[in-house]
Amino acid sequence: MKIVSRFMRAGLLGAAFASAAIGGAKAEDSADPIKIILNNWSSQVVFANVVGQLLEKQGKAVEYVPSDGQLQFMALANNDMDFQIEVWEGSHHESFVKSVAAGALDLGTHDAVTREDWWYPSYMNEMCPGLPDWKALDACAEKLATAETGTKGRFVGPPADWGKHYSERIEALGMNFQEVPVGQAATLWAELQAAYDRKEPIVLFNWTPNFIEAKFEGQFIEFPVFEPECWSDPAWGQNPDKIYDCGAPAKGYLKKAGSKQLVEKWPDAAAFLKKVNLTNPQFASAAALVDVDGLTPEDAATKWIADNEATWKPWTE
Amino acid sequence: MTDTTMRATADRPSVGIFGPHILVFGTFVVATVALAALFPPLDTWPEEWVLPVREWVTEFFAWLGAVAKPVTRTIAWLLAQPLAFVEAVLYRGVPDWGLKPLPWVAVVAGAVLIGHWLAGARLALFAGSCTAYLAVFGLWQDSMQTLSIVLVTVPLAAGAGLALGIWATRSARADKVLNAALDLMQATPHMAYLAPVVVLFGFGQVPAMLATLIFAVPPMARCTILGIRTVPSDVMEAGRMSGCTTRQLLWKVELPAAQQTLLLGLNQVVMQTLAMVVIASLVGASGLGQKLLYSLQQLQIGKAVEQGIAITLIAIVLDRLTRAAMHRAPQRIPDGTAWHVRHVHLVAFLAITLGAVLLAQVLPQLSVLPRNMTLSFGQPINDVVRWISRNLYAYIKPVRDTITIWLLLPIRDFYLWLPWTTFIGFLALIGWYLGGLRLALVPVCLLGFMMVAGFWTPLMLTIYLVTGCTILAIMIGVPTGIWASRHPRGAKVTLTICDTLQTFPSFIYLIPVIMLLQTSDLSNVIAMLAYATVPAVRYTYLGMILVPKATVEAATASGANARQRLWKVELPIALPEILLGINQTIMMALSMVAITALIGSRDLGQEIYKALPGAETGRGLIAGIGIAFIGITADRLIGAWARRRKKDLGLA
Repeated sequence: MKIVSRFMRAGLLGAAFASAAIGGAKAEDSADPIKIILNNWSSQVVFANVVGQLLEKQGKAVEYVPSDGQLQFMALANNDMDFQIEVWEGSHHESFVKSVAAGALDLGTHDAVTREDWWYPSYMNEMCPGLPDWKALDACAEKLATAETGTKGRFVGPPADWGKHYSERIEALGMNFQEVPVGQAATLWAELQAAYDRKEPIVLFNWTPNFIEAKFEGQFIEFPVFEPECWSDPAWGQNPDKIYDCGAPAKGYLKKAGSKQLVEKWPDAAAFLKKVNLTNPQFASAAALVDVDGLTPEDAATKWIADNEATWKPWTE
Repeated sequence: MTDTTMRATADRPSVGIFGPHILVFGTFVVATVALAALFPPLDTWPEEWVLPVREWVTEFFAWLGAVAKPVTRTIAWLLAQPLAFVEAVLYRGVPDWGLKPLPWVAVVAGAVLIGHWLAGARLALFAGSCTAYLAVFGLWQDSMQTLSIVLVTVPLAAGAGLALGIWATRSARADKVLNAALDLMQATPHMAYLAPVVVLFGFGQVPAMLATLIFAVPPMARCTILGIRTVPSDVMEAGRMSGCTTRQLLWKVELPAAQQTLLLGLNQVVMQTLAMVVIASLVGASGLGQKLLYSLQQLQIGKAVEQGIAITLIAIVLDRLTRAAMHRAPQRIPDGTAWHVRHVHLVAFLAITLGAVLLAQVLPQLSVLPRNMTLSFGQPINDVVRWISRNLYAYIKPVRDTITIWLLLPIRDFYLWLPWTTFIGFLALIGWYLGGLRLALVPVCLLGFMMVAGFWTPLMLTIYLVTGCTILAIMIGVPTGIWASRHPRGAKVTLTICDTLQTFPSFIYLIPVIMLLQTSDLSNVIAMLAYATVPAVRYTYLGMILVPKATVEAATASGANARQRLWKVELPIALPEILLGINQTIMMALSMVAITALIGSRDLGQEIYKALPGAETGRGLIAGIGIAFIGITADRLIGAWARRRKKDLGLA
């Protein structure tokens, strides 16, 4: 068995050399595995696998490492991990900037844009006429009250350290609401699923693109449109004394990030990764393969590659 | 002992904790509240007086991380080597040499044979079917990743614990230091170790292993100390007389004589290691824990349950195997038996492995079970949870609102209102009354430190959640324990449920709890309750069973009815045990505080969790230690009370 495989290996190596020779004298990529980060939301995991499988098709070794959405940036700067397919402006910006300052690479921006804000399921349109306007929501506050918030409406907010300043927004806009921050994203989805099943009113933090839009119908609350001055100049907007009297930016970036060593160690792979570029519908549909169709992320990635050759072929050239 | 306590013991042997001192306590509370109203710094510790302890700790670790990087990375590299080997055997193979990992059939056979070797056919069947579950439910690869970490961590933790334990028995000073350190290590929630480990060692399997190690070493050290201490003196004497050197005495006499206790320690190490599986995935350990968190993220509760069961099964199998090893009698094999007969299990394993490897060339299903041959019961569980959330919510909501409005919110507001002088002073007074100055200093120093470090509000919110949880746990656990003590058959069922509740990964409860009760303090309390009620049940049951039969009969003879017998005789006698149970309930609730952070809380658990992403070591570590401090304070006070009660009852 060992001998057979040794022959096979020799053959493969030969083939690899041959193809390298045909492809021209490119710098040789290291044989060490490229460590691709896996987070815990579907679109990220599917496209991490897509990129990994495409790299494997090009003869690179790949390893997947799970990581927390924030801790990963330290790891990128330390060369503990090598590639992240989704860097979100809304939740990662600060850590990402720090990480780039420490040596990690900005590998470019996707066409996809991101939005993070208050969100509600569509069936609430009948309960609170005038939605998605924020004033209509404010008028509807009592329908969202619970034992703990008293007469105030309950807004299920993001984890307290995501730095969204929603409590400040509630205060600046004088809304009759109270923010209840959750501990992790899964808690948001559990709240949404339960309320959705019972057709109860709920307003919660949500973002796009993610799998939620494939599973639940709903939209973002429209707050006063964001302008940079809103976050720095109290005079801006309807509250003359406070900042944050507006919604969040509706078009945040979605970037890719690489480790310090990526370009030096795997120049070929780095060139490919820089070209990877995805759109909002692509993210949403890839997430749906897992969350709606129930495929495993690995199978979803294989299927996506089979179905979307026109999209990824140009990246590899 | 001080005068006051002496008098208290003499005058009123069996009055509650306040007794004649109710006046003293009352005056103290009124005085401190009044003073706090006059002097705001006595009510709330001013922010400008807060010592930047957390910054100091964070900077220290950042400095250490930078300076010690060559050392820590070398340690990490060293630890990675045995792990890489086990991983290669179990699931990775060595692709460079064309070697495949062990086929699942061979691993199942291995479990069967070890079970048979240790305890015969029943254990063999059990171990085999549990291992087969992992393959049949399509969890093979993840399970083997988890098992690799466990298999490498357990010997390391056992070795380290053994060394520490031996050291403690050799040096009185080491014993003292170690004892305090072990107390603190065990009372600090596991999550708090993650931030410093990440700063020093980076991410991935190895740092996860190290965090696990910190948590798994204490029980082994404790058991080693206990085991060596309890070696009968005549055995030691015999060893010395036959001329053993100190080293021989240790290896040939003490450790073999302490074998049973050491194996118990090993058993605890295994359980602790598996308890860390899910939490370790937060710092990059792949395997079942990571997949479980991912399933929860997708709200696939059913799948998470399957993965949780896999973790529990690995724990139970390893638990049974180590237990069997403890009880296994040394076997006598006649001299001259052929090698292959003596090692029949090993030979069988090698034969099956070889057979499986060869057959797998033709039948790849033997190597890795293809996905279309695996089973899943995930969907029905998802449906049940959602059905409950849809249909029973109408009944649950009033209960939820009642408990929230009438129990939880008042306690929370009360604790947040309490001036720190009243709270700490009151605990100090109780300590002084129960155990003198030394005990009085415990709350002052420990809780005082947390206040000075600027953690007062999360500290009080933690105590609030623990109080709420303890009250509910007593309301549920004590009656259950009493009921179980009266119904032997019911007791068996109850204790089995208790076992299961404790080995099942707690993360899974979170999602159904949130679906039913929303992100609220009651959800936090309920998530803690699943663990915390168990000791209340167990110790009440134990206490009630231990009530002397003669006493109960005497009470019946003197005409007490069932209710009087329970309240006037049985419960007072069982109280010291029940108090210990409550003590354990508090400890369990505290150990779960870190998990409530995932639902959404503002307690010390949340501080630990928030410290992770930014690697704010100081914040996470001090919050973790704060949880340990609450536990130690409660433990010392309740322990003193229980001892006092025992003495009063003449049971000590």
